[in-house]
Amino acid sequence: MALTLFYITSAVAIFATVMMITRLNAVHGLLYLILSLLAVGVLFFLLGAQFAAVLEVIIYAGAIMVLFVFVIMMLNQGQQTINQEQAWLQPGIWVGPSLLASILFAEMLVIVMSGGDAETGYIVNAKQVGIALYGPYLLAVELASMLLLAGLVGAYHLAKPILKIRKPERNS
Amino acid sequence: MNGIPMEHGLLLSAVLFALGLAGVLARRNLIMMLMSMEVMFNATGLAFIVAGSRWGQADGQVMFLLILTLAAAEVGVGLGLVLQIFRRFHTLDADSLNGMKG
Repeated sequence: MALTLFYITSAVAIFATVMMITRLNAVHGLLYLILSLLAVGVLFFLLGAQFAAVLEVIIYAGAIMVLFVFVIMMLNQGQQTINQEQAWLQPGIWVGPSLLASILFAEMLVIVMSGGDAETGYIVNAKQVGIALYGPYLLAVELASMLLLAGLVGAYHLAKPILKIRKPERNS
Repeated sequence: MNGIPMEHGLLLSAVLFALGLAGVLARRNLIMMLMSMEVMFNATGLAFIVAGSRWGQADGQVMFLLILTLAAAEVGVGLGLVLQIFRRFHTLDADSLNGMKG
C-alpha cells in the first residue's frame, strides 16, 4: 500500500512543480509550490521520517511561504492589485491546487483509516534525530545557528532603508 | 526492509531538482527564481531523507534540518534583496539588472 501512495504522491509533487514553473502569475505559482512542498512532506512520512515531515509542513509550507506571500503583497500596489484580486476570486484558478490538496488529504485519510501505519519498515523517530543532532552533529548545530544569525542581520540590514523611507511618508 | 525502493526515491529527487533548475534558468521573474530555488533545496532534502530511510540512520534527517536552516536564511536575505531591487529599479526582471557599478 505504501508503494501505491508513494507513486501517487510523487505524481502530485512533479505535477505541482511543473505547474509552478509554468505559471505566469507569482501567486498562482506560490499555490502550486505549497502543494509541491506538502506532497514532499507526505513522501517524508511515507519514508518513515515523521519529524522531517512535520518540519517540512510547519517551516517550509508555513513560515517560508508566509515570507513569500508578504513580499508579493508588498510589491503589488494600487488599482492593479484590486483588479488582480477580483480575477483571483473567480473559480478556476484555485481548482487545480484544491484538487491536488484533496488527493493528499485522501491519502492521509487512507493512512489514518488503516491504523496510522504506512508500512514503511524502518522508522527514524524524533528521539534518534535529537540524539544525533546534539551528539556527533553538535558543531553543525552551532554553525547553523551562526548562519541563522547572519541571515537575520543581513535581512534586517537589507530591509532597513525601506523602513526608513516609509516613516516620513506616514507623518506628512 | 523499506517498502519503497531507494532508486525511485532518488529518481524523484533528481526530477524535482531538474525541474527547479529549469525554473531558475527559464524564468526571469526574481520571485519565481527564488521559488524554483526552494524546489531545488527541497529535492536535495528528499535525497537525504531517502538515503537516511534506506540505511535506517538519523543522519539523513539531521542533514535535512541543516538544509532547512540554509533555506530559511537564504529566503530571508533573498527576499530582502528582492525588495531592495524593486525599490531601486522598479522591476523584478533579472535581465534588467545587467549593469555593474564601476
